[in-house]
Amino acid sequence: MNSETHLAEELPANQATIDINTLPQNNRVLLSAQGISCQKQDRILFEDISLTVASGELIHLQGTNGAGKTSLIRILVGLSTPDTGSVSLTNSSLDNYPLIYLGHKLGLNRHLSSVENLQFWANMHGVSISTDELYALLARFNLVGLEDVPSGELSAGQQRRVSLARTQLLPANIWILDEPYTSLDTQGVSFIQNLIDEFVEGGGAVLMTSHQSLQSRLPVKNITLEYRL
Amino acid sequence: MSRTSPLFSIMRRDLVLAFRQKNELLQPLLFFVMVITLFPLGIGPGPETLQKIGPGVIWVAAILSALLGMDKLFRDDFNDGSLEQLQLSNISLAWGMFIKVFVHWCGAFLPLLLISPLLALFLNLTPPMYWALIFTLALGTPLLSLVGAIAVALTVGLQRGGVLLSLLLIPVFIPLLIFATSAVDSAAMGLNYLPQLAIIGAMLCFAIAITPFAMSYAIRVSHH
Repeated sequence: MNSETHLAEELPANQATIDINTLPQNNRVLLSAQGISCQKQDRILFEDISLTVASGELIHLQGTNGAGKTSLIRILVGLSTPDTGSVSLTNSSLDNYPLIYLGHKLGLNRHLSSVENLQFWANMHGVSISTDELYALLARFNLVGLEDVPSGELSAGQQRRVSLARTQLLPANIWILDEPYTSLDTQGVSFIQNLIDEFVEGGGAVLMTSHQSLQSRLPVKNITLEYRL
Repeated sequence: MSRTSPLFSIMRRDLVLAFRQKNELLQPLLFFVMVITLFPLGIGPGPETLQKIGPGVIWVAAILSALLGMDKLFRDDFNDGSLEQLQLSNISLAWGMFIKVFVHWCGAFLPLLLISPLLALFLNLTPPMYWALIFTLALGTPLLSLVGAIAVALTVGLQRGGVLLSLLLIPVFIPLLIFATSAVDSAAMGLNYLPQLAIIGAMLCFAIAITPFAMSYAIRVSHH
């Protein structure tokens, strides 16, 4: 590790957290991170980031390749531990799950069909859902006729749709989506953006990364991670 | 929206997957049967020789067939992100992994136990030897699965973990092999083999208590 890395410019993320004027009224903090840092292969990805996610917020996490977006997200959901700092989740409602995370890995077994994958995922979270409900859900996601095809035989975009259909299975406080628009067509992107907007308007919160700019009708809070050498 | 048992759903999913990939289910079993059928051909069909080496051959074949299939235990679930989702769900990761290992044992070792009377016949084992063999396999193979699963969980994030896996596991399996074959030898001489079984049983109890936590910790490290 070299000492110059400490002198890198202040991250915009630090400023974004203080900017509470843009927050809608009546918001509850659902997730807060204090002073988290992450270091990988002797390179400091980010240092001392504090951020909060409150209900009714849509946060767009931006940054160049390798800036540490995925690492930050994995720390926030609890898959990795930060080198310093801590993350806490507030579960405002006991009926809701704290968060739904969809990452680069879709979590779909290629030998199971879309319906089986979604049903298993719901069951794993303690929710039972009927096959009919899943057929209706998959139809909304434009996957008619593909319900019983093994997921491994679907196209990348179709697999992504199946994975995103999970957001409709559980009541959750936050959706944390890592590159949800990868391999989706333009209709797919606007459909998902619409779901995100509805969820945020309904009091949820979404933290997502994307290299495209978001076509949201809601105010978007941007957090930019800079690539540090 | 009704509630359902998450652990039961993991078990059902893994069983469905195991039966959907039939060749992966059959491969360790066929390997096991092949090794044991080839031995009498290779060393000559002398009944005494076969009876002498029989228990050792069956146990070595069981360990090697375990290593053959062990590699795939968590690999698919790790690569496709299912384990991440399991870690983030409300279920304890240790329980989830334990269920997965149990289902793997049912698919990989239960068939070996069921086919073993036939193999005992091939190798001219006497009935007391056969019973001792069945008891050691029944207690020892879950131990193979559980201990193996820790090493699998540790190496699952590596690109070529297979070689490392075998190197890690062989020394751990040696004590088990020694006690198991010694139990069958005692049975052959008409002696009491309960002490050896008790030691294997104690190792199994210890493994059941400890390994789920070790596995879940190893997976957390692999995800990190």
